[in-house]
Amino acid sequence: MWLTRPFNERATLTFLGVLLAAMILVTLLHVAVPQGHPLHVNAYTVNLFGKYLSYALLAVAVDLVWGYLGILSLGHGAFFALGGYAMGMYLMRQIGDRGVYGHPELPDFMVFLNWDSLPWYWAGFDMAWFAFLMVLLVPGALALVFGFLAFRSRVTGVYLSIITQALTFALMLAFFRNEMGFGGSDGLTDFREILGFNLRSNEARLGLFLASGVALAVGYVLCRAIVGSKLGRVCVATRDAEARTRFLGYRVERFQLFVFVVSAMLAGLAGALYVPQVGIINPSEFSPLFSIEIVLWVALGGRATLYGAVIGAILVNYAKTVFTGVMPDAWLFALGAMFVLVTVFLPKGVAGLLAYRIKRRRRPDDDGATGKEVSA
Amino acid sequence: MSFLRSLADRERVFDFLVPAASPVDVRHGPILYLEDVTVSFDGFKAIDNLNLTIDDGELRCIIGPNGAGKTTMMDIITGKTRPDTGQVWFGSRHNLLTMNEPEIASLGIGRKFQKPTVFEALTVFENLELAMAADKRILPTLTAGMSGEIRDRIDEVLLTTGLAELSRRPAGILSHGQKQWLEIGMLLMQRPRLLLVDEPVAGMTEQEMERTAELLTGLAGKQSVVVVEHDMGFVRSIARQVTVLHQGSVLAEGNMDQVSSDPRVIEVYLGADADEEVA
Ligand SMILES: Nc1ncnc2c1ncn2[C@@H]1O[C@H](COP(=O)(O)OP(=O)(O)OP(=O)(O)O)[C@@H](O)[C@H]1O
Ligand SMILES: [Mg+2]
Repeated sequence: MWLTRPFNERATLTFLGVLLAAMILVTLLHVAVPQGHPLHVNAYTVNLFGKYLSYALLAVAVDLVWGYLGILSLGHGAFFALGGYAMGMYLMRQIGDRGVYGHPELPDFMVFLNWDSLPWYWAGFDMAWFAFLMVLLVPGALALVFGFLAFRSRVTGVYLSIITQALTFALMLAFFRNEMGFGGSDGLTDFREILGFNLRSNEARLGLFLASGVALAVGYVLCRAIVGSKLGRVCVATRDAEARTRFLGYRVERFQLFVFVVSAMLAGLAGALYVPQVGIINPSEFSPLFSIEIVLWVALGGRATLYGAVIGAILVNYAKTVFTGVMPDAWLFALGAMFVLVTVFLPKGVAGLLAYRIKRRRRPDDDGATGKEVSA
Repeated sequence: MSFLRSLADRERVFDFLVPAASPVDVRHGPILYLEDVTVSFDGFKAIDNLNLTIDDGELRCIIGPNGAGKTTMMDIITGKTRPDTGQVWFGSRHNLLTMNEPEIASLGIGRKFQKPTVFEALTVFENLELAMAADKRILPTLTAGMSGEIRDRIDEVLLTTGLAELSRRPAGILSHGQKQWLEIGMLLMQRPRLLLVDEPVAGMTEQEMERTAELLTGLAGKQSVVVVEHDMGFVRSIARQVTVLHQGSVLAEGNMDQVSSDPRVIEVYLGADADEEVA
C-alpha cells in the first residue's frame, strides 16, 4: 500500500520517533513537573511550540511543491491564511452572544457595520465539522482553480512564482476591505472557545499543541508516501525535465495540479491550527513577505527532504522569537544574514549537513562484512 | 469561451473516463505517412511540402545538412509543433494532427531527443520504471507497486542497453554514451511501434557507436525506427533506406549507394564533405 510504505523507511520512523518523543516530553514537563520547578514548561511555551509545529506543517506543504515538483510557490501564505480564516469564522461563531454588543448571532464587527444578518458565506460555520471541512476545501478549491488555469497554460518557473505572489497580494487587499465580511484590517479575534474548551485554558493549549504535532505527523507521512510513490518520481522527473516527462505520456499539468492541491490543503490545515494558538487572524497573513519567508525556512532547512522543511521552520521561528525579544528591529537583517550564510556554506541546508554526517558515519559499515565484524 | 468549454469538459480532467487508445492499424499500408506538410517560423519555411512514408518494421535513416528541418519533422510527428498545412497519419486510423503530445506518446510513438535528457536525480532503474508502458493517470501512478513482471521487463531492457550494473546509480553520473543508451532503453520500455531517434551517436566514441548500431539494428523488425544522423559512417553501417532532407523537403530517397551517387545530394550535402576532402 502506498500510504503505509513510509513506515518501512528508517528516515520516516526516526522523524516520527523524534516528534513523538518531543510531544511526550513537553506534555510531561508541562503536566507532571510542578510550577516553579526549573524543568517546568509553562503554558506560554507549550503554546509557542504548538505554533512552531503548525509552521512546520506549512513548510512541509511548501517543500512538497517546491522541492519535489519544482514549483516555487510564493503564495502559500494565502492557503495558510484561508485555512486560518475558516477556523477563525468557526471561533467567531462560538462567541455567540458574549460579544461586546451582545448580538445573539452577529460577530461584533458586523454589528459595528450595521449589518442585520450574517452573509451567506458565514452559514454553517457554527458547526465544527463544517468549518473543519472548509479548512481543507476552501484552500483546496482555490488551488484547484488557480492551478488548473496556470498549469494548463504551462505557466512555470519565475512567472508562476510571480503570479502566486500576485494571488496572495490580491487576497490581502480584498480581506482588508470591511465589506468583504471578514473583519477588515482587524481580522477575526477575541475568540473564546474551541470545541467547548476555553482557549486560554492550559488544557486547550496543550490540546492544540498535541493536535499540531499529530497534524504534522500525518501531513509528513502523507507527503512522504506521495514522494516515495511512482507519482513522486514523476514529480521529480517533471521538476528536472518537464517536456521529457510529457513525452513519456504523463499529463504533467494534472500531476502538478494534484500535488499543488494536496499541498494547499495541508497549508490550510496548518493555518487552522495556528489561528486558535495565536488568537487572531488578520490580512497580514496574506502578505507577500510572509509567503517568501516560508520559502526561506525551507531553503534554510534543506529543500526536497521534508524533514529539512520542519527543521528550517522551527529553527527560524525559534530564532525569530529570541530576536524579536532582544532586538526587534534587527530581525529582518538577521533572517537575511542567515539566508546568505546558509546558501553560501550549506547549499543543501541544515538537512544537507545532517545527511552528510550520517553518510560519513555509516561509511565503514557499507564496505561489507569485515567492518561489521570489527564493530560487533 | 474556451475556458467555459474546458470547464464543461470535466471528463478530460478526471482521465479515467477517457477511452483507451485504439491500436494502430497498418493493414492498409505504412505506419507513418506525411503528406504535403509545411511549417513556417516567422515566414521562414522550415518544412516545405514534405512527403514521407515509413513502412511497418522499417529502419529508415534521415540525413540532411544543418537546418534541413529534421528535428522540426520529428516535432511535428510527436505533436510538439503544429504544421500550417498537410496531413500526418499514424497507420490508417490515427490522425496525429488532432492529438496532443501525451496522446501521441501513448499511441506508441517514442522519441529520443537530440540532446540526451534523462532524469538525472533518479536512478537508472527509476528512469526505466517511469518510461514503462503503464496506466499513466494520477491514481494508478500513485498506487503503483513493483511487480515481478515489471522488474523482469526493466531487467531485460537493462541487459539490452548494457546498463545492468549501473541500475541503482543516479542517471546524472552516466557518461554521454550511457545516457544515450538509457534514453533508448526508456523508449523501449514503452514498447513503441515507432521509434524516432535524433542524432544518437553525436559525441560517441567508435566503440560506443558500434554498440549503438547493434542496438538499433536489433530493434528494427520488431518496431519501426527512424534515425536522424549526420555521421555518414554510422548511417552506412545501419541503413537500408535513406531519405535526404534539404530545405524542408525530400531531396532523394533510396538505399545508401543510390543516394550517395545522386548528383543533387552530392551537391548539397555530401558535396560539402567532398570539398573539405579536396581542400
Ligand atoms: N521554434 C522555432 N522558431 C524559429 N525557427 C525555428 C524553430 N525551430 C526550428 N527553426 C528553424 O527551422 C530550421 C530547421 O531546424 P531543425 O532544427 O529542424 O534542423 P535540423 O535538420 O534538425 O538541423 P541539425 O542538423 O542542426 O539538427 C532551422 O533553420 C531552424 O533555425
Ligand atoms: Mg536537429
